[in-house]
Amino acid sequence: MNYMKKQNKSLLDAVFAEAAVLKRQINIMEVCGTHTMAISRHGLRRILPCKINLISGPGCPVCVTPIDEIDKAIELAKIQNVIIATFGDMMRVPGTKSTLSKQKSVGRDIRIVYSAFDALALAKKNMDKNVVLLGIGFETTSPTIALTIVEAAKRKTKNFFVLPEFKVVIPPMEALLSDKDIRLDGFLAPGHVSAIIGAKPYKYITDKYKVPCVISGFEAEDVLQSIMMIIRQFNHNEGKVEIQYKRVVTYKGNLRAQQIMKKVYKTVDSNWRGIGIIHDSGLALSEKYRDFDATKKFNLKTPKYSKEPLGCRCGDVLKGYMTPKQCPLFSKKCTPASPVGACMVSSEGTCAAYYKYDI
Amino acid sequence: MENEIITLAHGSGGNASLKLINNYIKKYFSNKVLNKMEDAAVLDLKAKKIAMTTDSFVISPIFFAGGDIGRLSICGTVNDLAAMGARPIYITVGLILEEGLLLKDLEKIIISMKKTADEAGVIIVAGDTKVVNRGKADKIFINTTGIGKIISNKNEISSSNAKSGDSLIITGSIGDHEVAILKEREGLELKVKICSDTAPLNKIIEKLLKNKVWIDAMRDPTRGGLATIMNEIALSSGVDIEIDESKVPIKATVVSVCDILGFDPFYLANEGKMLIICHKSHEKKALKLLRSTKYGRNAQIIGRVTEKSSKPQVVLKTRIGGERILFITEGEQLPRIC
Amino acid sequence: MCLAVPGKVIKLEKEFAHVNFNGVTKKINIQLVPDIKKGEYCLVHAGFAIEKIDKDYAMEAQSYLNELYEKTK
Repeated sequence: MNYMKKQNKSLLDAVFAEAAVLKRQINIMEVCGTHTMAISRHGLRRILPCKINLISGPGCPVCVTPIDEIDKAIELAKIQNVIIATFGDMMRVPGTKSTLSKQKSVGRDIRIVYSAFDALALAKKNMDKNVVLLGIGFETTSPTIALTIVEAAKRKTKNFFVLPEFKVVIPPMEALLSDKDIRLDGFLAPGHVSAIIGAKPYKYITDKYKVPCVISGFEAEDVLQSIMMIIRQFNHNEGKVEIQYKRVVTYKGNLRAQQIMKKVYKTVDSNWRGIGIIHDSGLALSEKYRDFDATKKFNLKTPKYSKEPLGCRCGDVLKGYMTPKQCPLFSKKCTPASPVGACMVSSEGTCAAYYKYDI
Repeated sequence: MENEIITLAHGSGGNASLKLINNYIKKYFSNKVLNKMEDAAVLDLKAKKIAMTTDSFVISPIFFAGGDIGRLSICGTVNDLAAMGARPIYITVGLILEEGLLLKDLEKIIISMKKTADEAGVIIVAGDTKVVNRGKADKIFINTTGIGKIISNKNEISSSNAKSGDSLIITGSIGDHEVAILKEREGLELKVKICSDTAPLNKIIEKLLKNKVWIDAMRDPTRGGLATIMNEIALSSGVDIEIDESKVPIKATVVSVCDILGFDPFYLANEGKMLIICHKSHEKKALKLLRSTKYGRNAQIIGRVTEKSSKPQVVLKTRIGGERILFITEGEQLPRIC
Repeated sequence: MCLAVPGKVIKLEKEFAHVNFNGVTKKINIQLVPDIKKGEYCLVHAGFAIEKIDKDYAMEAQSYLNELYEKTK
C-alpha cells in the first residue's frame, strides 16, 4: 500500500472508531448535490460503518427547479432573435415536452457558457439579438451572476437578461428539520455555498434544532473527516456548526459577495420541485435591476401544457424520504437515457449518482 | 497562391479536378499502385486471413496541437486494424471538401497523411475526391478504409475473448487528445500545454505479437473513452472488469481541465492509446516491451478481468478504497458548474 | 451544487487574474475577491474567484492526515 492509501485508511479507521460508540443508526444528510456526487464517485457509501446512513438532500439546483421553469426556458428559446445562454447542466433536463438539447438540435439558438460573463460577451457580440442567461444555482453561483448584472448595468447593455431561478440553502434545511416524517441527526453542509455565506447562517438552525452541522470540503478525505466530526458531536450530545473546510470557509463568509447579492437580489418565496413552496427560499432581481429580468421583458407565463411527469418521485428522493432505488421508476422507466425526473439527468442528481456509480 | 481555394470545379471531373489530383494527391501519395490511376487497385494479399475496417473523420478544428485531421484519419484506421492483431498494409482515402477550403490547408493535410502512412508502413492505394457547396461540410471530411493481414496466429483477438484473470494494460495517459481539442474550442479559453496523442500503434502491437505475448482482446479508447470500451469488452465477453483508479496514468493538466469543466477523464477520447487485455502470466513481458517503445513508454497495468458475469460491469476501485461503477455514458460530456 | 477548483494567481489584469490550475491557465474574474494578490490561491467557480484559499489551513488539513496516520501506524 502506498503512503496515500495508508493515510486514507487511518482516516477511515478513525471514522469507524467514532461510530463504534453509536447506539443506533444515525441519518446524516449531505445537502449539496456536489457532495452526493463526490460520495458516489469515491465509492464512500459502501465503505462507511453501517450505522452511518447518508441521505441525499435537495441541494441540486437543477433537480429542484420546477418543470414549468424548464418549459419557460424552452418557450423563450422559440422566440425569434433570442439566444439562450445556459450552463451545461441544464441541457438535458426534461421539460414537459422537450429539452434544451432537443431544441438546439432543431435549430434554436442555445449556447452553453462556462461563465455568466461569457453570456454578457455574447450579448455584446450579437447586438441584434437578446441574450437570456438561465439563472440556476445556489449561493455559490448567484453572486457571479449578480456581478454580471452589475457590469451589464454599468455598460448600459440593453440586450442581456437573466431568467432568475436562484435558490438559497438554509430554508430547505429548516423545512426538512421540521418535517416529522424524516429524522435527521446531522448535516454535511455545502462547502462552496458556505464560502460565500459563511458559517454564521447555520447557527440559527443548530441553535434552534440542536443538530450537528459540519461544513465540508469535497475531497474524499474532507467528507470522511466531516462525517467523523458529526458523529463525535452526536456522541457528545452536541448540536453546533463546525467548519471542516477551513481553508476556504470562514465564519463571516465572503462579505463582498454578500453585499453584491443584497444589491442585486431580493429574497422571495420559491417553489421547489417535489417539495413545494418554501418561504424566503429564492432570489429575484431587486427593483433597481428589474429591467434585466427576462420574465418581465418577455412577459413570461407558465405554459398551459406544463405538468410534472406521472409517477415521478423526485420530490421524495430530494427530501430524503426514499433512496432512488426505492422509487418504482428507478432504472426501469427512469434511466439516464430516458429520464422522467431531473434527479436522474442532472449532473448532480441523486438518482443519477445511484444509477451511474453505485454498485 | 496563398489564398487559393477549393471550388466546385475541382470536383467536376474536368481540368481543375485533374490539376488537383496531379498537384496534390498524386504528388504526395505517389506509389506504383496509386499512380496507375485505375478505377480500382488490384492487390495481392498473400494472407490466410485479412482484417478490414473503415472510419470517417469530421473533427473540428482540422488542425490542433499534436496533429490534424489527416494524421488522425490514417492513425484511426491503422489502430483499428492493429486492435484485431492485423498488420495494416493498404489504405484508401475518400475526401469530401467544402467549397472555400484553402488549398494550402489541403496540402498540409495531405502531406501529414503521407508522413503518417509512411510511419505506419502503409500504402495509400486508392482514393476519391468530392467537392460540396459551401456550408454542406465543415472544411474537410475524410473517410479511410484499411486492409491488414492477421498476424496473431495463436489465438483470435476479439472483444468477446477477455477471460477471468486477464490483465488490463493501457499504453499511456488518458484524455490527452480530447483536452487538446477542447482547448481550441471557442469560449473556453484554456491555456494548457498539451498535445493530442494521435499516433499509429501498429508497430508496438506487432512487437508484442512477435514476442508471443498472449493477447486476448484489444481496443483503442477513442470516442467515449476508456470507460466505454471497457464496458463494451465486458458486455461482449460476459465478464466483470475491475480497475484501480490510482494506477491509471492521467496527466495533471488533464485532471485540472476535468476539474474545471466537470468532466470525467475516463470518458475522454484518445487517439494514440490501446487497451490491451492479456494473460496474467504475460503482463510483465508486455509491459516491458511496451515501455521500450515511443508510444508505449508510459504503459501501466491498471486492472484485471474478474469473473464471468450475466450482468457484466466495470468497477473502479477509488483511491480512498471505495468502489464505484464506470457506467456507459448517454452522450457527450457538457461543461457544468454543479 | 458547486464545482469549484483551487488555482494560483500568476498575473493580475484589472478586474481579472490569470489563474494557474496545475498547468492550465484561465482568465478569471476576481471582483468577488478584489484584494487577492499575485502568488495567492483562490477558489474558482464558473469563471469567478469566489474566495481566497488560506494556505495555512490547507497545510493544516494535510498535517492532520499525516498526524492521524502516524498515530495509527
